Amino acid sequence: MIETTELTKRYGDKLAVDHLTMSIPSGQVTGFLGPNGAGKSTTMRMILDLDSPTSGSAKVNGRRYRDIRFPLHEVGSLLEAKSVHPARTARGHLQWLADSNRIPRKRVDEVLELVGLSAVAKKRAGGFSLGMGQRLGIAAAMLGDPQTLLLDEPVNGLDPEGIVWVRSFLRSLAAEGRTVLVSSHLMSEMALTADHLIVIGAGRLISQGSVADVVAGSSSSHVLVRTPDVSRLMAVLTAEGAEVSTDVDHALRIRKVSIERIGQLAADNAVILHELSPQAASLEQAFMELTHDSGEYQTELKPPPPPSTTSDGGSN
Amino acid sequence: MEPIIVLWANVRAEWVKLRSVRSTLWALAITIGITVGLSALFCSTRVARWDRMGRGAQLIFEPIGFSLNGMFLSQLAIGVLGVLVMTSEYGTGQIRATFAATPTRGTVLLAKMKVFFLASLVVGEISSFAAFFLGQAILSSKSSASITDPGALRAVLGGGLYLAGIGVFGLGLGVILRRTAGAIAVLVASVMILPQLVELLPSPWNDDISKYLPSPAGQTLFHITSARPSLSTGVGLLVFLAYPLGACLLGWALLRTRDA
Repeated sequence: MIETTELTKRYGDKLAVDHLTMSIPSGQVTGFLGPNGAGKSTTMRMILDLDSPTSGSAKVNGRRYRDIRFPLHEVGSLLEAKSVHPARTARGHLQWLADSNRIPRKRVDEVLELVGLSAVAKKRAGGFSLGMGQRLGIAAAMLGDPQTLLLDEPVNGLDPEGIVWVRSFLRSLAAEGRTVLVSSHLMSEMALTADHLIVIGAGRLISQGSVADVVAGSSSSHVLVRTPDVSRLMAVLTAEGAEVSTDVDHALRIRKVSIERIGQLAADNAVILHELSPQAASLEQAFMELTHDSGEYQTELKPPPPPSTTSDGGSN
Repeated sequence: MEPIIVLWANVRAEWVKLRSVRSTLWALAITIGITVGLSALFCSTRVARWDRMGRGAQLIFEPIGFSLNGMFLSQLAIGVLGVLVMTSEYGTGQIRATFAATPTRGTVLLAKMKVFFLASLVVGEISSFAAFFLGQAILSSKSSASITDPGALRAVLGGGLYLAGIGVFGLGLGVILRRTAGAIAVLVASVMILPQLVELLPSPWNDDISKYLPSPAGQTLFHITSARPSLSTGVGLLVFLAYPLGACLLGWALLRTRDA
C-alpha cells in the first residue's frame, strides 16, 4: 500500500506536483498515467525519498521510505533515467546493491536469470542496449523479492519485443499478488496491463479508479441511437436533460442519460428505433480528454472531436 | 545496533563499487607510479648534481622528505579518484539507486569515507614506503637516510596518511559540488594554485596564511625540516585533517536536504 497525502513539489514558481492525494491498492497493478511533464517521475522520486516534498507526505506500508531499514526487501524501483555506472558489469551492479541490503549473493544470479541477462552478466552495462538496460533495472528492482514495485516508464523506448517482455512481466507480478505502480504516458499499454488507474495532469489528480470506471467517466462514452424520427426523440431526450448531438444517417449520440432510460423514453413516446447501442470510449480517448487541458506543452493539435455535431455547432 | 548493521552492509557495498570499476585500479596504480617514479627521478638528478652543489646545500640536504616529494603530483591522482567516487554516481544517475537502497544518506557517506580512506591509506603507504626505499637506494652514494633514523618512520607513514587525506578531501569536494569538473578544479586550486597565490601576498601575511593551507600543513607530516615557517607536526596534522573532515561534514549537511 502506497499513500500520498497532499504531496506537493515546487520548483521555483512551477508546481510540479500539486497537493496530490492518492492511494495505490495492494495486490494490483496500478497504472500511473499522465502526459509528459505531469509530475509522475517527481511523485515517484518523492515516494522513494529521493526528492523531498515541499509539503505533504508519502508513505509505503504506513511508513516513510527512509524509515525502512533495508528497503530493497520491501520496495523495488526502476526509475526513468538509467541508474547504472556504465563501467560496471551487470553482475557488479547487482552485487553492490545486494550487499547494501544484505541480500544473499546467490540472488544476483537468480534475478539475472529472471530477466534473461545471465549470458551478459560479465559485460559492462555501458554497452547494453536500451532494452538490456531496462532488464537490468528490473533485475535490480526484483533483487530483494519485494512485495511492492515502482516502475517509471518501463516500456519507454523499447522495441516491440522488449515491450511484450515487460508487459508479460508486469502480468506475472500481478498474478503473484504484488503491488505495482507503473507510470506511463502510453494509454494502450495501461489498458493491457493495469487493473487500476490514477490519472494526473499538471501535478494534480484528475481521475482514479478501475480502468472501466475511468473509461465510463469519459464523455466520449455515449449511446448511439438511429431513428427515422430524429426531431421527436431529440425533443424528448433534451427535456430529460440529455446532451444530444446528431450524426449523419439519422443517428443521435447521447450522453448523460442511461441506455435503459433512452429505450424506455422511446417506447413511451412510440418512437421507432433502428439502433440503440452503447459506445465505450477507448482508454486513449478518455485519457486525451482528461488530460487535454493539463499538458505542459500544448499545441494547436486537438484530440479528434466527435463526428460532426450540431449541439455545439462545430464552430471551433 | 541497527545503524551499525546498515553501515557495515554499505561498507561492503562501497567496497564492491570501488573495485568493480577498472578506472579505480588505474588511478591507484598511477598514484603509486607517480610517487615512486618521481622519487627516482628527483633522487637521481640530485646524485648527478651533487658535486656541483655548494657545501652548505649539501649539509642542509634532507633525504627523507626529499624522496617523498613526488606526492605533490601524485596527490592529484588520488584526489581526483576521491572526487570521482562521488561525482561518478551523480554523473551516471547511479546515486538514485544508491539512495533508494539506503535512504539514510549519512550512512552512505560514512561508508564511502571509511572504504575510500582505508583503500587510499593502503595505496598511500605503499607509495610512500616504496618511494622512500628506492630514493634512499639511489641517494646512498651521497647522503641517504635509514628507516631507523630519528623521524624517518614517522615521515614515511605520514606521507601515506597525507595521500589518504587528500583522497578523502577530494571525496568531500565531490559530495559538495556533485560535478566532476567543478570538484577537480577546486581540488587543484586548493592544493596547488592557492599556495602559489598566497605566496604573492606581502610578508608576513604570505607565510602566516600559507602554513594553514592543506598542502603546507600536510607537508609537516612527511617533511622533517622546512625551509619556510611551518606548523609543528602535531598542529599540522590537525589542520590538515580539518580539510577532508570539514569538506565531508559540509557535504553531509548538503546531502541531507537536497534532491538526489
